[in-house]
Amino acid sequence: MMLLALLASATSLAFGPSAAHAATTTPCVVDTTTGCIQGTLLRSDGKPAAGVTITAKLGGTSLPSKTDDTGRWAIPVKAAGTYTVTLNEKTLPSGQYLANAKTNDRQVSITLGAVAGTIFQLSTTKGAVIDNNNTGSDFSWQRLAQQSASGIRLGLLLALAAIGLSLVTGTTGLQSFAHGEQVTLGGLLAYTFANTFGFNLILAATISVVISAATGYFQDMLIWKPLRKRGLSLTQLMIVTIGLSIALQYAFQYFYGAATVRIDTNNPKTIDLGGVVLTVQSYVAMGISVVVLILAGLFLLKTRTGRATRAVSDNPALAAASGIDVDRIIRLVWTIAAGLAGLSGVMLGLVLNGVNWQTGLQILLLIFAAVTLGGIGTAFGALIGSLIVGVIVELTNLVLPGDFKYATALFILIVILMFRPQGIFGRRERIG
Amino acid sequence: MDYIVTLFQSLTVQAIAPTTAAFAIAAIGLNIHFGFAGLLNIGQAAFLLLGGYGFAISIERGLPLGIAVLVALLCALIFAFVLGLPTLKLRGDYLAIVTISAAEIIRMVGRSSILTSLTGGSNGITGQSFNGPFFALSPLPDHATTILWFTYDNNGVNGWWIRIVGWALVGVFTLLVFALSRSPWGRVLKGIREDEDAVRSLGKNVYSYKLQALILGGLIGAIAGIIYVLPSSVQPDGLGRSTTFFIYTALLLGGAASVFGPVLGAVLFFVMRLLVQTLAQDFIPTSIMNGQQATQFSYVLVGVALMCLIIFRPQGILGNKRELSFSV
Repeated sequence: MMLLALLASATSLAFGPSAAHAATTTPCVVDTTTGCIQGTLLRSDGKPAAGVTITAKLGGTSLPSKTDDTGRWAIPVKAAGTYTVTLNEKTLPSGQYLANAKTNDRQVSITLGAVAGTIFQLSTTKGAVIDNNNTGSDFSWQRLAQQSASGIRLGLLLALAAIGLSLVTGTTGLQSFAHGEQVTLGGLLAYTFANTFGFNLILAATISVVISAATGYFQDMLIWKPLRKRGLSLTQLMIVTIGLSIALQYAFQYFYGAATVRIDTNNPKTIDLGGVVLTVQSYVAMGISVVVLILAGLFLLKTRTGRATRAVSDNPALAAASGIDVDRIIRLVWTIAAGLAGLSGVMLGLVLNGVNWQTGLQILLLIFAAVTLGGIGTAFGALIGSLIVGVIVELTNLVLPGDFKYATALFILIVILMFRPQGIFGRRERIG
Repeated sequence: MDYIVTLFQSLTVQAIAPTTAAFAIAAIGLNIHFGFAGLLNIGQAAFLLLGGYGFAISIERGLPLGIAVLVALLCALIFAFVLGLPTLKLRGDYLAIVTISAAEIIRMVGRSSILTSLTGGSNGITGQSFNGPFFALSPLPDHATTILWFTYDNNGVNGWWIRIVGWALVGVFTLLVFALSRSPWGRVLKGIREDEDAVRSLGKNVYSYKLQALILGGLIGAIAGIIYVLPSSVQPDGLGRSTTFFIYTALLLGGAASVFGPVLGAVLFFVMRLLVQTLAQDFIPTSIMNGQQATQFSYVLVGVALMCLIIFRPQGILGNKRELSFSV
């Protein structure tokens, strides 16, 4: 949920305030001598609340405004400063009350030629407190359960991407910064097939995963294998992946724009399981993740090729000496890694209600954290690492504001690298 | 002909812009990390951000300009210590992941809503709230000056004064790196880059030298941050991972481990990107590529250029291939 909010805020940042302002129908126009204090007032059921009086005061001047039929209100101000903005609770529609009433007389700073927004929230109960930052002040076991469930969901989706990256890093030593873009690619492809071409969701997802896997195959054929033969150092290869990541990010923006696109445009249904509310798609995505992860595990443990993969991951030189075609294994690993990342992207897009050019970028460091925590090159470790990272990210919300959730995961990554760089299941000799 | 003249003029305007100077300074700092000491720091943008925050917040709190610069440097110093002490013993690619994560943490904490009173949250700090003292320092008279085709207010927010100071600092730091690279200190640093164990066997404290290099490059990064935010504003999201990657591109383009490489690279980075963008906008019909797509196209080429550079010419334009070794 907070992830969605984070994505949404990132998108609005990418757009800048001008786009948001263009949509305003109220007669407040920003110019060099005018600033606008504005917002949208919605009833607790999400419908606009019209005819509510909101007043901004600075010193002796009092500037009133009324919300229009779309719930929008705007106060043009001619002097910069910190205004006290107050909502007149008597003008609210019947049955609606101001939530967080203590914050009614709020301070809003504004400069001329700028827009300052403030949001009042309504509730059906008098004196309700809605905590948008999800700080720890209202801890409850129900929230703990909800956040843990979201965390396991995030962890399972991260695991799909992390296992692939862990195998790539294990077999080639390369930390690929472009892996996040593989995740984004999967989501955007699913959007193209499901919406632009109108395929049904399962078909669209399947095609997306197949194409994603193909990009891994051709990437290794066209870029990584020639570069290995050229004898580039790992540092150089890592910078190549950074370049690839930049190129892909802007290519996504080129073709899809900066906005978030929704793979499935229907409103998701939710299921309430013992107080934990998740969308149907979340449960399906978690189910698919578990199945795919089990299949990946069986492949690695039971099949001949899977054993060869683990052998290359353990010691490429020894594997080659014992007759394993190392290049073929690495090609396969790239293909699987890209395919799994694509699947992760499709499902993240469905679970988070959308995907944009930086969906993968935002979780790349979480994937790194998961892989490092579990131990590089160990698929099982990547799964455990992902689940831990996912749960930590979501549980952070219980004690810290939402914008710290990724920071906590990265902090843990740094701590692991400092004290146990081989991770939980890794071996010491990989560290160098 | 007119078109070419106008294009040339707009490119030169970009070449001497304060942002270009800030990038050049940031790349000089990164060159000490990556070029001379072989440290793969991919969190350089955080040094810029900390410099910008330290400077802007100090001035907002009423501290004089000199103290504000010291606060900015202190922020970078502390960050370099926190970053360097535990991580400089790790392998190169681990250092890379730690630095990029630490930089992201700085950015996320900076833009978080609970620090809004200090850092302005995700909106950042507007330029006019902290750039006054710097422009008040200008000895230039208050009017616009035209040199060649460059016309700016002498003391305007984006005028001659910030350009003069910015490029003067580029000159100072280039000289500093020139002197350091010939000093015993610089030779030890290059030795560490080439063969850490050999230097250690000569009785040098490798760890301490690496930490010194990280601090020096970081301090220069903080100064770059001040120059970067002065003509605009402190924007945490404007100094994220992409900024670090672009600084790398500039450095590798000009030539890592060379004295003038970072400056040349920074200028070329901005000029070439603008050239590609302008040509794409002017000659490709908007039905195929619109204005925004032309900008994105130019950044796609930045990514491709970074890949090609590191593969085919890792020493860049001015570098020497023998001078450059990649730690892993």
